[in-house]
Amino acid sequence: MLTAILIFLPLLASFLLFFAKGGSAKKIALAFSIAELAVALFAAFNFHRDATTQFILDFWWMPSLGISFKVGIDGISMLLVLLTSSLVPFIILSSFEKKYEKPNVFYGLILMMQMALVGVFTSMDGFLFYIFWELALIPIYFICLMWGGKNRGVITFKFFVYTLFGSLFMLVGLIYLYQHSSAHTFDIQSLYQAGHSLPASTQGILFWAFFIAFAIKMPVFPFHTWQPDTYTEAPTQGTMLLSGIMLKMGIFGVIRWLLPVVPLGVAEWGNTAIILSVIGIVYASVIAIMQNDMKRLIAYSSIAHVGLIAAGVFSMNVQGLQGAMIQMVCHGINVFALFYIVDLIEKRTGTRELSKLGGVRSISPIFSTVFMIIVLGSVALPFTNGFVGEFLLINGLYQFSPLAAAFAGLTIILGAVYMLRMYQKSMLGELSPLNEDFEELSYNEKLVLYPMVIAIIGIGVFPKPLLHISEPAVEELLRIIALK
Amino acid sequence: MKSLILLSGLGVLTLLSEMFNFKRKIFPVVLLGLLGTIVISAMYWNTNKHYFNDMMFFDNYAVAFTCLISFIAFAWFLLSQNYFNEETNLTDHFALILFALVGAVIMVSYQNMSMLFLGIETLSLSLYVLAGSRKNDLYSNEAALKYFLMGAFATGFLLFGIALIYGITGSFNLQTIANYITLNSGNIPALFYTGVLLMMVGMAFKISAAPFHFWAPDVYQGSPLVITAFMATIIKTAAFAAFFRLFFTCFSTIESVWGNIIFVMAILTLAVGNITATYQESVKRMLAYSSIAHAGYMLLAILAMNKFSAGSILFYTAAYSVASITAFTVLSIIINKSNNEAIDAFNGLGKRNPFLAFAMTVAMLSLAGIPPMAGFFGKYYLFNAALQSGQTAIVLVAVLASLVGVYYYFKVIIAMYFKSGSDSSLVEVSFTHKLLLILTLVLIFAMGLMSDFVIRLL
Repeated sequence: MLTAILIFLPLLASFLLFFAKGGSAKKIALAFSIAELAVALFAAFNFHRDATTQFILDFWWMPSLGISFKVGIDGISMLLVLLTSSLVPFIILSSFEKKYEKPNVFYGLILMMQMALVGVFTSMDGFLFYIFWELALIPIYFICLMWGGKNRGVITFKFFVYTLFGSLFMLVGLIYLYQHSSAHTFDIQSLYQAGHSLPASTQGILFWAFFIAFAIKMPVFPFHTWQPDTYTEAPTQGTMLLSGIMLKMGIFGVIRWLLPVVPLGVAEWGNTAIILSVIGIVYASVIAIMQNDMKRLIAYSSIAHVGLIAAGVFSMNVQGLQGAMIQMVCHGINVFALFYIVDLIEKRTGTRELSKLGGVRSISPIFSTVFMIIVLGSVALPFTNGFVGEFLLINGLYQFSPLAAAFAGLTIILGAVYMLRMYQKSMLGELSPLNEDFEELSYNEKLVLYPMVIAIIGIGVFPKPLLHISEPAVEELLRIIALK
Repeated sequence: MKSLILLSGLGVLTLLSEMFNFKRKIFPVVLLGLLGTIVISAMYWNTNKHYFNDMMFFDNYAVAFTCLISFIAFAWFLLSQNYFNEETNLTDHFALILFALVGAVIMVSYQNMSMLFLGIETLSLSLYVLAGSRKNDLYSNEAALKYFLMGAFATGFLLFGIALIYGITGSFNLQTIANYITLNSGNIPALFYTGVLLMMVGMAFKISAAPFHFWAPDVYQGSPLVITAFMATIIKTAAFAAFFRLFFTCFSTIESVWGNIIFVMAILTLAVGNITATYQESVKRMLAYSSIAHAGYMLLAILAMNKFSAGSILFYTAAYSVASITAFTVLSIIINKSNNEAIDAFNGLGKRNPFLAFAMTVAMLSLAGIPPMAGFFGKYYLFNAALQSGQTAIVLVAVLASLVGVYYYFKVIIAMYFKSGSDSSLVEVSFTHKLLLILTLVLIFAMGLMSDFVIRLL
């Protein structure tokens, strides 16, 4: 029941918003997203830390095709539901000082997106998962199309077609699995059974049907070409949704719907996936170093970070998967905060270009300190949240292949280069004329950024509670994979 | 059966209304009559009655499609209210449409090939006239002539095929022919197969499957918009139901003969329909090509030929028709407003009338097959049916084709929300149209979320 509330509360809110008057829209949206957060926290406190799926809601949706509406939360879902429901209120809050046309539609779409995301993370039925997966695409497409930058028409369309392309093959793969399941249902256990019963060659084909869908969403090199443009053109809140939460759909998809479904396929092609991810890390980092546009720089850094997470997931051991879990949460927080910082800089100076910025530190010390902490979080300095995840990920990858870990480890060095370069160019150095009346953080902005700073340091110092939530579920997952 | 009588009665009544001067009241009467048809035919559910020496057979398949056709006709009348009030003589067009519906109902319930022929002719003859009903418009005349010539040509093929099959089996009755095939398997004369293929060509003309589709775009574009809407929804539904009924009852056992041909036809239709649609400037013409493309998807069900096929065709035609009616309604409002049917006419509609833009968006998303709209589930059922029969290759082609489809449907969406038009005045929507759009929108979502209910009917 609790899961159903988590899914349908944002949907209800978005319907209400579509009929609401413009001015009150953001307050209604914020109220509902906080209510959602409260429900999610309630669920987290009542969550038993074991490998079972809890708060299950299960009824037939389309019995003639073996499709049921089955949702539930296990340790893996719990972390991502927490991430989603805690980021969305901040995303809404971060837009409070902006004036969007038709605010009710804007916030309605954000909450509809939240509904779809929670649905993706909690589905225990393959078909339902696919429906939510596609459903998440529609609101974000319209957010980008209606409120995005100048070239949004072409770029958001590319984004839409690209992701749809991947997911259609996943759909064919799901139907194929369904037909080979002995129970003839889309239930997750039944699909696991179907996948395990197939010969290795078929599993290999299915691996690609699923992997392409997930790889495009994350995105993993070479499926990433839609991402930098879309992140740059989308309105800030859209970028936050895309990078903070939506890309986790891809990683989550791999963990829940790829590794345990076709273990032999993964055994055969997992290496390729890791190689692609590691190439992505180095490639995206190098490009990020060259960027002048801050939003684009963070977009590329996101590819690098996600590449490391993907590599860790495919190394298939506890450290790699646990690292991926925690890093998904931490990357969500960091990238959200970074995009918000960029948005604030753009609001104050009218530009995101590093070459025109500089010298803020001398006039806005609080702003630049907050920015510094967030940058350090992304660089994975010890005692910040980024460190925990990246350490576990590289550890996991090392157990799989020291060579891969050596290359993936470059992410820490290169990450430090591009992040610190960005910080240096925008905050330090000579005061740029654009920055002369750079305002300090306003009350509202502090309200968004301070909790992020606390989270960055808090998780860095004491990550155990989060790690504990997902640990039993991850171990159970590895057990299922080992069954082959 | 009673539904057939009711529809014919309605047709005659509308003709009489001119004589006895109650023209103004005929519109609500027709609407009520159509609702009545739905109710009456639904009462025949699970009765499986045969009529006229087995000429007609009202099984659940026939009942379901009769209901569907009557419902689309109901929605269609709401869409075209203005057209009848303003442009043409009310009564004879009403009557022609109703007689066309009679033909459509025969086409979904025949058990005898002569009835199939009668149904197709009743439907088509009315439509030949209606396509040319804008007498002073050159394109409308061209459409009528083209439609008539091509239609006559197709009927010729069909009749030739029926004659050959009759010559071999000595019967028009579908069941008898099916029995003949099972009894004589192995030594059926080649002329019989020739007959099957000729009938297939005839039917392919009617559903506008490539390579027999060339008439469709011109006829769709030239005809008055509401007539185009009628052709794209009701005729398509009826023709497909007839096609499937013929092949499912009669020829399902000799799939080796026609399977490969339909396979190629489906691929061609998917490719031609979708790819040609991408470079259309006129929305009307784009919808014409998209309707060709949708015929390609539906061919998958005929190719699959299993117990899932009938249900998936019913669902697909329903989903496709409802979405098309929505699109045509919005298009008709736009054309009324700006006298322009190009995609540019939709520029800035998101601001000029958000409700219309929303309706069009939902229709386009449904046609493109994006969940949770009905169109997605339609495609899903078709793919599922085809995969059940092991037709993986064609499903992959269809998947790629639907990606191409996204391109042209999204052109309209992008125009509405992204581009700003020269004309920024608000667009007014009449009450009837608003009602119709709300009805279809609810249906698009409801059919998506409760598709199981529809699919389990057959």
